[in-house]
Amino acid sequence: MSLINKSASELAALLNSKEISSVELTTAQLNQIDSLNPKINSYLTITHELALAQAKQVDELRAKGESLPALAGVPIAVKDNLTTIGIETTAGSKILKGWIPPYNATVVEKILASKMPILGKTNMDEFAMGSSTEFSAFGPSLNPWDLTRTPGGSGGGSSSAVASMQAPIAIGSDTGGSIRFPAAVTGSVGVKPTYGAISRYGLIALGSSLDQIGPVSRNVMDAAMLQDAIAGFDPMDATSLPESLGSMTEAAKNDSVKGLKIGIIRELTGEGFQAGVSEKFQEALELLVAQGAELVEVSCPSFQYAIAAYYLIQPAEASSNLARFDSVRFGLRVMPEGAPTVEKVMAATREAGFGPEVKRRIILGTYALSSGYYDAYYGSAQKVRTLIQQDLAKAFEQADVLVSPTAPTTAFELGEKQQDPLAMYLNDIATIPANLAGIPGMSLPVGLAKEDNLPVGLQILAPAREDARLYKLGAVLEKLLEDKWQKRMIDFAPELSVN
Amino acid sequence: MSEITPELVRHLAGLARIDVSEAEIEQFTHQLSLIVESVATVKAAVNDDIPATSHPIPMANVFREDVVRPSLTQQQALSGAAESESGRFKVSAILDED
Repeated sequence: MSLINKSASELAALLNSKEISSVELTTAQLNQIDSLNPKINSYLTITHELALAQAKQVDELRAKGESLPALAGVPIAVKDNLTTIGIETTAGSKILKGWIPPYNATVVEKILASKMPILGKTNMDEFAMGSSTEFSAFGPSLNPWDLTRTPGGSGGGSSSAVASMQAPIAIGSDTGGSIRFPAAVTGSVGVKPTYGAISRYGLIALGSSLDQIGPVSRNVMDAAMLQDAIAGFDPMDATSLPESLGSMTEAAKNDSVKGLKIGIIRELTGEGFQAGVSEKFQEALELLVAQGAELVEVSCPSFQYAIAAYYLIQPAEASSNLARFDSVRFGLRVMPEGAPTVEKVMAATREAGFGPEVKRRIILGTYALSSGYYDAYYGSAQKVRTLIQQDLAKAFEQADVLVSPTAPTTAFELGEKQQDPLAMYLNDIATIPANLAGIPGMSLPVGLAKEDNLPVGLQILAPAREDARLYKLGAVLEKLLEDKWQKRMIDFAPELSVN
Repeated sequence: MSEITPELVRHLAGLARIDVSEAEIEQFTHQLSLIVESVATVKAAVNDDIPATSHPIPMANVFREDVVRPSLTQQQALSGAAESESGRFKVSAILDED
């Protein structure tokens, strides 16, 4: 097997035993990117020189016998909404094209401290608003399983990179499912940790009470190792959790689900879910039952209002967060004719710099927060948030973890929902509740749907701060499936014709 | 009849400082009407007895030590600006002439 097909944990072991060098591995990864990226558009920026310089440095440290972090030398892709000193950071928007941040996101600092070479910045829907990458100002990414389909969004750059061996692991951000949905439709693993488990400092904000950075990978252990590398308290983020959530790497070594109570969320199964998705979901549960897990049905009736509440709260927060793109401190400035005032410059800049979905959500958010409508819309949405938390608290009294399909369908066709915002929003039905409640969620692949032979994701949810439960169950389920298939999920992926 | 009218969209875009075109106003009016109709279901889900949640993991009084720490230099802070002068961000006139 070539180097680029291996998992991050396998690569870390090979690097550690000096069977391979990071320069060798990083070069192989960059070659794969150079051949596939022109077609798949996973990366907006490829940082050849930086990656190789970092790889060389880590090889030198290893040669000297220095003790190195677990993932040292394993290259990584970073979503383009994380600030990186000296590397263009656009968040998929024309308004930030050419912006070179003067500071690093905390997560980027942690990646550098972990000695992981940065391969580049990955594509995304503009400011992470979307479920398909079609709202990127720089064109969509394609799904490696079927190039006519979306790799999900907003983090379709990271998911398509990992699924097409353009990176072993990647960083994503998840506001309503932007890590988990792309993972589900590309046969990858994606984790949204507990809100506050990973610093948001330097993450270009979408919905500040919802945003969470997390790992994207090809297996559960890799996601665990990456979460361990980037998690932890950060005084630069006032919402950062002060306490440690423990070792996810240890949790991912779990090999038993005996006695585990798995709650199936009634509202997120059955009607509205593609038959092949439901089938793979059920088959995965049967494997777990055969190993001694116990299934219970739980009900979260307020989930029916989750999408409505989310599409009030998130645009409201976004409309406020995106006020900073004002043509003054960074990004585009468009000068209208004549002697315009600063306000007219701002309005012309924002008209030219923002794409349609961003404008829609800013206007919707402005409406939700405007006087006379605030209580009815934003205020009611915040109360729904309470109801969802209460439903989840009750459900977690009955079960250790909750499960559902990650998405109602497999990957949809590019263009299918681009003109229909509401249809696009409905993809997020299963992922949004975790963001509203701040709890952790994981999507992992459980097979291919019979209708279209495309990947299906199963979502695991755990109570806040109990991220380890995701990895404990995820690791066992992954092993059961691989034993059944006699191969990894990614080995089902079609061979991509290069160039 | 939806409460989202072209006039309202124009007003909201003005508040948000986006100089939308007439074609966009027409498109957004239509799309936002459907979206607002859909999200308005939250109104029926709640009552006065339910407290609001603004933050998923409640935290209070998050302070840090009041000490001087390294920060961006003036040059770094201005590095992304469209225009600067004498170490400051430069913008067009704040007030209209008339």
